[in-house]
Amino acid sequence: MSEISEQQVAHLANLARIALTPEEISSLTSELDTIVDSIAKVQEVATPDVPATSHPVPLQNVFRDDVVGQTLTTEQALANAPESADGRFKVSAILGEEQ
Amino acid sequence: MSELIRKSASELSELLASGEVSAVEVTREHLDRIAAVDGDVNAFLHVSSDALDVASSIDERRSKGEALGPLAGIPLAVKDVLVTTDMPSTSGSRILEGYMSPFDATVVAKSRAAGLVPIGKTNMDEFAMGSSTEHSAYGPTHNPWDLDRIPGGSGGGSAAAVAAFEAPLALGSDTGGSIRQPAHVTGTVGVKPTYGGVSRYGAIALASSLDQVGPVTRTVLDAGLLHDVIGGHDPLDSTSLRDEWPSMAAAARDGASAGSFAGLRVGVVSQFTGEGFQAGVRRRYEEALSLLESNGAELVEVSAPHFEYAIAAYYLILPAEASSNLAKFDSVRFGMRVTPPGGGTVEQVMSATREAGFGPEVKRRIILGTYALSAGYYDAYYGSAQKVRTLIQRDFENAFESVDLLVSPSAPTTAFKLGEKLDDPLAMYLNDITTIPANLAGVPAMSVPIGLAPEDGLPVGIQFMAPVREDARLYRAGATLEALLLERWGHGLLAEAPELGGK
Amino acid sequence: MARDRVMDFDKALELFEPVLGFEVHVELNTKTKMFSAAPNGFGDAPNTNISPVCLGLPGSLPVVNEQAVRYSISLGLALGCSIAPTSRFARKNYFYPDLAKNYQISQFDEPIAFEGQVDVELADGSVRTIPIERAHMEEDAGKLTHVGGATGRIQGAEYSLVDYNRAGVPLVEIVTKPIFGAEHDAPELAKAYVSTIRDIVIALGISDARMERGNLRCDANVSLRPRGQEKLGTRTETKNVNSLRSVERAVRYEIQRQAAILADGGTITQETRHWHEDTGTTSAGRPKSDADDYRYFPEPDLLPVVPSPELIEELRAALPEAPAIRRRRLKETWGFTDLEFQDVANGGLVAEVELTIAAGASPQAARKWWTGEISRLANVQGVEATSLVSPENVAALARLVEDGTLTDKLARQVLEGVVAGEGAPEEVVEKRGLAVVSDDGALIAAIDEALAAQPDVLAKIQDGKVQAAGAVIGAVMKAMRGQADAARVRELILERAAQP
Repeated sequence: MSEISEQQVAHLANLARIALTPEEISSLTSELDTIVDSIAKVQEVATPDVPATSHPVPLQNVFRDDVVGQTLTTEQALANAPESADGRFKVSAILGEEQ
Repeated sequence: MSELIRKSASELSELLASGEVSAVEVTREHLDRIAAVDGDVNAFLHVSSDALDVASSIDERRSKGEALGPLAGIPLAVKDVLVTTDMPSTSGSRILEGYMSPFDATVVAKSRAAGLVPIGKTNMDEFAMGSSTEHSAYGPTHNPWDLDRIPGGSGGGSAAAVAAFEAPLALGSDTGGSIRQPAHVTGTVGVKPTYGGVSRYGAIALASSLDQVGPVTRTVLDAGLLHDVIGGHDPLDSTSLRDEWPSMAAAARDGASAGSFAGLRVGVVSQFTGEGFQAGVRRRYEEALSLLESNGAELVEVSAPHFEYAIAAYYLILPAEASSNLAKFDSVRFGMRVTPPGGGTVEQVMSATREAGFGPEVKRRIILGTYALSAGYYDAYYGSAQKVRTLIQRDFENAFESVDLLVSPSAPTTAFKLGEKLDDPLAMYLNDITTIPANLAGVPAMSVPIGLAPEDGLPVGIQFMAPVREDARLYRAGATLEALLLERWGHGLLAEAPELGGK
Repeated sequence: MARDRVMDFDKALELFEPVLGFEVHVELNTKTKMFSAAPNGFGDAPNTNISPVCLGLPGSLPVVNEQAVRYSISLGLALGCSIAPTSRFARKNYFYPDLAKNYQISQFDEPIAFEGQVDVELADGSVRTIPIERAHMEEDAGKLTHVGGATGRIQGAEYSLVDYNRAGVPLVEIVTKPIFGAEHDAPELAKAYVSTIRDIVIALGISDARMERGNLRCDANVSLRPRGQEKLGTRTETKNVNSLRSVERAVRYEIQRQAAILADGGTITQETRHWHEDTGTTSAGRPKSDADDYRYFPEPDLLPVVPSPELIEELRAALPEAPAIRRRRLKETWGFTDLEFQDVANGGLVAEVELTIAAGASPQAARKWWTGEISRLANVQGVEATSLVSPENVAALARLVEDGTLTDKLARQVLEGVVAGEGAPEEVVEKRGLAVVSDDGALIAAIDEALAAQPDVLAKIQDGKVQAAGAVIGAVMKAMRGQADAARVRELILERAAQP
């Protein structure tokens, strides 16, 4: 069964912002196919009457008081930034020329 | 080999308290050991340059008569998944090379407050994805029992550091067995506490609903002592429990002195015997079960029918959460940045950075997680996995109605050879079959060494699992078993490990 | 960029029925952010109001601000919504440099409030009911500044700078159901709806609600369907509409633009459109596509919110009255005529007038200032009246007129100074030296001089032709450069003329 296509993997890589090489796309496609085949078995027992669990130990209403706490200085904030200017993080243009 | 480094933390604690040794001596001995053997083991990604200063300040405080906690002055190896202000935190990834956190993980802050001496950061599979530490961007860690073999993963560095006497104590994190499986293959003790029992704040998230920080040590009592330091409520982690916890160290002492399991009902998970388990693992496990039984435990065979779906559910939930947790590594605020030749848009820079900064296993899981969450597949995959999670919790609940603890082998095999499963992700994933259910259900679990597999002479561990919030039960039973084995062997299992270094 | 063709509005309405929908984002004025203890402040130096959580630093974790939850519940109740017995946070995954974690913590299938309705009053006094689908909690993103290129816009920029001060500010997003039957009133209804939401959050005291600061942001969805057609047309979502006036204009523009395309046999692209205040047009943004696969899933770092019935009832009991009832009450309390009140309401100035009165002004003075000079200035500048001056400053201005420090004319000059950023009215008076000359000595000297210069006028006054004093008043006011109270000047002229 080959449900996952290279095109699909390329699309997922784009969603996940990873510039995979064509070789990676091709090897991931076959690996994912095998993995997905094997993990799809969850569907065998996941019947509609079973509720989903998202937290292993149920808690609710965990809140914080609206009180100002410690903050970072701008220097601390920018200390690990690959690039910064004017107290801000610098990134390359958001739109390409064709946009 | 120095005698000091072979001592457990609780033994060192007494020597430090009585003034027989200083924290500086203890720390220096361990730093020397790291210098001597870590070239072979590669357990550490970074060794602290402050450790001796920290140790000296502890000695000073002690000399002034300050009342210090039991672990004050004892070196601590910290898994690189935990952020630290004084050492880089990379989570084993190239994308975070050199990253300096402006804050300490809560468990690190608590350890410092208790006077522990952070001695270095330990190697791990990149972002804790793996069962062999081969997926570290900084080269694999080697198993001190056999340098050609894996030390387990993801926390192979912490387990190997403790097994190689480079540190008496280490912190690990366990998402699907990353503390317990390395403990199993290195002959050490590892505990995954109840989900919410130990703060996750400052643990670089892999899968938020599964991750839990815990102790990696050579004895059950040491694990209890460290657990007492790092456990408890943290307002910075919403999933942190507000419970008042009993002392785990006290539970371990109780267990060690009890000498028997009288009154303890132990459930033997029928899904985790037989097929798929290495003969030597099975043999040591069955011996351990007999030891439990002959010392008063009531063994009950327990079926957990949905455990067989655990790996499938886990390999949907983990990649899904991880794909989101790892999105922040985008080259904007921190970490590596790779700009494509000739520049590019921010989107292209992000994509090029993540392509270059993530290793193959991380990419595989991000893509898998993105798939599991994407439109049209959510219900079939992620949604179904969350339901399986409910079923596994119910299996545990049913079992714990009739037993106090569950047991299984900690992993299906002993340490395999480096490179053996690297090209077969699915085979690698199957290594977590015994450890994953506890993460899915949030229950606490512990791995305790029970001997060496006859066929390869490598360590084997038994896993105890307790109901949520009943971590103390693990320590009591684990310490009883440990004491009985110690009596039988006349020494700890690690005494049988080959000598390292000396080259 | 080629300008889009538009169809005459009436003609468009003849051919098509507009269907509207709104997503209004309200920034809550809590002290701290939604998920961290960093301050929720506006206008501070970049990257100062931040914690590890706001930057999404490795290892950081969110914790929910209880006050934000209470505010959200109050807002849900004020919108007539049911409050969910259990609601959950979810992650909305997409990459964008202003989004620190590259996911936004929001709510997906279990919002805190759902199924409500809001009554909105139009200028003619008619009331329309807007159906509310949901209101959910989420966090704001950081702010991007685009550098290089001609316009400071994203197009053509060389690079961008990111400030995360706003990242994590608590938001409630209010989503309407499709709104049918607005017809010719569609643009006005859009404005009236946003204005009503604004009034509600101000009355609740949960948001500063200043649109020019982005405290309140509206995305307007517009689609058209040919008369007689059941199926809904393709909609566009116009963003960046940050004044009440723009909401009205943007909806009108989209109706006209879409009508022109459809009438030509064209099709509408489902897309985001950006509103341009300067040109009064919208331009195409990102098309909706599979790139919008947000991969929502329950936020594993946060727990469900399960408000107790007691809490809900407590908050319900503390709700301010509904806008329509409130308006009726205010009109009566303030003693406004129907026309006067409509003037205020249509200008979206009810809250401002109320705050100005609360700050000490008389109702009539508050009304006159807001609907008069301030609105005129706003019109000239093409901005929102509320963005020009604070209610406190308007009240101060009214006070200065009332106590005779300023004449109406001088007060208008002071207002200009306040708007120009010269400070509070008192400061402007001081800096510009604009106070009324109340020193009789100075006035008398000027009067005597003027009377001496016009002996014929003096004679007329002394003959009892009091109205002749006008000529002297003019001369005196001129000499005083307008900074005198004309009534007092007249009094003094008559006094001086009567003296031998």
